[in-house]
Amino acid sequence: MSVMSREWLLTEQPASRRQAHVGQAYRTWLALRGNRLAMVGLGIIVVLILMAVLAPLIAPYDPIQGGDLRTERLLPPSWQHLMGTDDLARDIWSRVAYGSRITLMVVALVAVIATPVGLLVGTISGYFGGVVDTVLMRITDIFLAFPQLVLALAFVAALGPGIENAIIAISITSWPPYARLARAETLTIRNADHIAAIKLQGASSLRIIWGHVVPLCLSSVVIRVTLDMAGIILTAAGLGFLGLGAQPPQPEWGAMIAEGRQFIIDNWWVSTMPGIAIFVVSLGFNFLGDGLRDVMDPKARK
Amino acid sequence: MTAVEETEGRNGALPPWVGRLGRLLVTLVITLVGLLFVTFLIGRVVPIDPVLAAVGDRASESTYHKVYLELGLDKPLWEQFLIYVNNVLHGNLGESVLTNRPVLDDIADTFPATLELSTFAILIGTCVGVPLGVWAAVRQGRLVDQIVRVLGLVGYSAPIFWLGLTGLLVFYARLGWVAGPGRIDIAYQYDVERITGMMLVDTLLQGQWDAFWNALSHILLPGTLLGYYSLAYISRMTRSFMLAELGQEYIITARVKGVRESRIIWRHALRNAAVPLVTVIALSYGNLLQGAVLTETVFAWPGLGMYLTNSLGSADMNAVLGATLVIGAVFVALNLLSDVLYTVLDPRVRRRG
Amino acid sequence: MSGALLTVDNLRISFPTRQGRAEVVRGVSFTLGRERLGIVGESGSGKSQTGRAILGLTPPPGRAEADTLRFDGRDLRHATAADWRSLRGRRISMVMQDPKFSLNPVMSIGRQLMEAAARTASSRTEARAKALAMLEAVQIRDPERVFHAYPHELSGGMGQRVMIAMMLIPEPDLLIADEPTSALDVTVQIEVLRILDALVKERGMGLIFISHDLRLVSSFCDRVLVMYAGRVVEEVKASDLMQAKHPYTQGLFRCLPRIEGGTRPLPTLQRDAEWAR
Repeated sequence: MSVMSREWLLTEQPASRRQAHVGQAYRTWLALRGNRLAMVGLGIIVVLILMAVLAPLIAPYDPIQGGDLRTERLLPPSWQHLMGTDDLARDIWSRVAYGSRITLMVVALVAVIATPVGLLVGTISGYFGGVVDTVLMRITDIFLAFPQLVLALAFVAALGPGIENAIIAISITSWPPYARLARAETLTIRNADHIAAIKLQGASSLRIIWGHVVPLCLSSVVIRVTLDMAGIILTAAGLGFLGLGAQPPQPEWGAMIAEGRQFIIDNWWVSTMPGIAIFVVSLGFNFLGDGLRDVMDPKARK
Repeated sequence: MTAVEETEGRNGALPPWVGRLGRLLVTLVITLVGLLFVTFLIGRVVPIDPVLAAVGDRASESTYHKVYLELGLDKPLWEQFLIYVNNVLHGNLGESVLTNRPVLDDIADTFPATLELSTFAILIGTCVGVPLGVWAAVRQGRLVDQIVRVLGLVGYSAPIFWLGLTGLLVFYARLGWVAGPGRIDIAYQYDVERITGMMLVDTLLQGQWDAFWNALSHILLPGTLLGYYSLAYISRMTRSFMLAELGQEYIITARVKGVRESRIIWRHALRNAAVPLVTVIALSYGNLLQGAVLTETVFAWPGLGMYLTNSLGSADMNAVLGATLVIGAVFVALNLLSDVLYTVLDPRVRRRG
Repeated sequence: MSGALLTVDNLRISFPTRQGRAEVVRGVSFTLGRERLGIVGESGSGKSQTGRAILGLTPPPGRAEADTLRFDGRDLRHATAADWRSLRGRRISMVMQDPKFSLNPVMSIGRQLMEAAARTASSRTEARAKALAMLEAVQIRDPERVFHAYPHELSGGMGQRVMIAMMLIPEPDLLIADEPTSALDVTVQIEVLRILDALVKERGMGLIFISHDLRLVSSFCDRVLVMYAGRVVEEVKASDLMQAKHPYTQGLFRCLPRIEGGTRPLPTLQRDAEWAR
């Protein structure tokens, strides 16, 4: 660990490519650390992850099996039930805690599916240009021509409701902006000297794209995905609310709001609690994303 | 594309914007065909058997086969697609299982309600969001700027259906400040004759003031809520466009001339920022359609969004795809509109084409 | 030539950086009558910021301070926004480098000219007449057409003439020309300069001509300030420039190519850290 000292990280003359990369990341981190909102956002996300990991420990009740229907239905928040209970006498806090797993899973899976698709389409389109570019970008444009939620709705309607299909539908509808971004990046890289040098060495196009273009586009696309995560959470919750995402009795936050809807007048906590959970988590992602954008794009900060 | 450029070259006498318009139209047609193809494909991957959906599961083998042929399911996929396109072009989006009416008629009935709601919202979003964004840019880093920033982030983060429910709980059930779900009280519902399908407009046209105030009270909550979402986006974009413009040299020129600061902001900088801003406003108008799906569900607003979710609930694919297609087409139309407005607002594009 | 039009004493302009405030102009002093003063220096020497500070246009978060900053008897150090506004345009004006950026792209030339004219004209008709007359004065052959044109439809030379016209409409006492010809083609440069020269002479106003081009300045101005790293290193009469004493100015002169041969290759300017102290 001695090499990873502050001086080593912040040196003006990095000795290796790795040192330069790590140093750059460290500088970004330093700038980000100074941004209070971003740190709050990061804190929220860390709490979310801990909650998902530790759900069995922090949830006092079973999230799916309810209590006594005669005495424990629709209880207001109290020390026994921090967030009250719902109409099936289930502890809402326990459900919210377990629900963080679903939320995290959706975000992670959509990122893992949509990012590579967007990257691949974008880099191939940008690298080859011409007809390939025209065709791929037309397809991208068509996907962009639908509002995301509406297209996702149509896909889920076709595939059938359920959390897996919701994830697929959100992924299908979220790659186009990443493809656009990756293409724009590729266009600036394509004619760089080092790419020409690799070409002269006889590397195949696929190798160049995968080995040299994709890594260069990766960081900006990943930042963009981070910025979109709050949107992904909201879309997933919206699908859940409409009954097309996770199916009961799964403790998905959007679906929980829908379940509490009929009791909203007299038992406000049933749908308010999961709503606050969604709100806080997407606020966390937005705070972090906002801070990241400030750090990465000093022009916008000015 | 090349064809268009060629004709442009030959007809040198035509003004340049004709070529631009031509290119726009080609793009438009390609995108629309793409939209149709996507909805067509979605319709094909449905696990629901379209024949069974039409005839019911008690039909005999021969009826089943007859309908199978009628629906053209024996033909190759591309031919089915052509039939689908032909149908859509003739306004035939199929029948809704739920309402037993042509989908197009259902959409024609529900669309004005959505249009009314999103127009109300975009007016709020623009009329409040733009000045707020300008203000934040002028007082960059100060309190207003922070407030706009937080307002924006909250707008991006709160699930709209949840805010809607909470709003109903607080402002309707508890405080009684606004009317509840729906577009108008039942008491007025049958007095208002349908002219445009937009309650606020119809009641005004017929001079029914009581009904107008009632309808306004109904639209206030969902409209403001949706408006807030577009406000969050519009104010933020206005801020960043304004910051970019205020840093330009021509602003210094105006200051050197001794032009008033307010005029520099509103006439010089905002006029320039308006060029990209139009696209942003058109885009968020389109995005309101998507917010409307959830908002309408919460507020029992009988628009296209509620029609869509109702049809989803009963797996009414014709209705779902019809509504999706219409929303997509409106989205494309808005993009086209913003392109046209761009041309009008920016003299550099206008003259050069 | 009664008294000084502008007196600047110990002008300092600083910008905040991570390592504290950085001074880009460090104690510049000069006085100006109704004459033509040239300020020469390489980019970053602080010459443009000096010009802007006289108009109160130091961009925030930058800060301009001076022991004296007096224009026509008025102390500008504590001028309010309204004071500045009453001065700008009518008393002091500025022509900037590139008309591509300094003209508002979405406003017609006519409206931009009218804005400048409106403050000294009593009616729209009069403002319009003034604007058209001024366009003619900068030797634009078809003023009506240019009046209705947009900036992107004009060439650089035309744009800069429009800029000069716009700044001269309110008949200011002092004109600051900040690299007014650097963005133009060489052939157009001389033409624009001639127009500027004639108008300044005709109206008897003071001129501050900011440029990096020593020869241009020496042929065009009465007096020259040479700036280096935020300081005035030399002040000479334009006619005595050949006898300049400061090594930086001498160095600048040696780097100019000469038609009658001379040394080849041209020497590079040798800088001395001492000069910046």
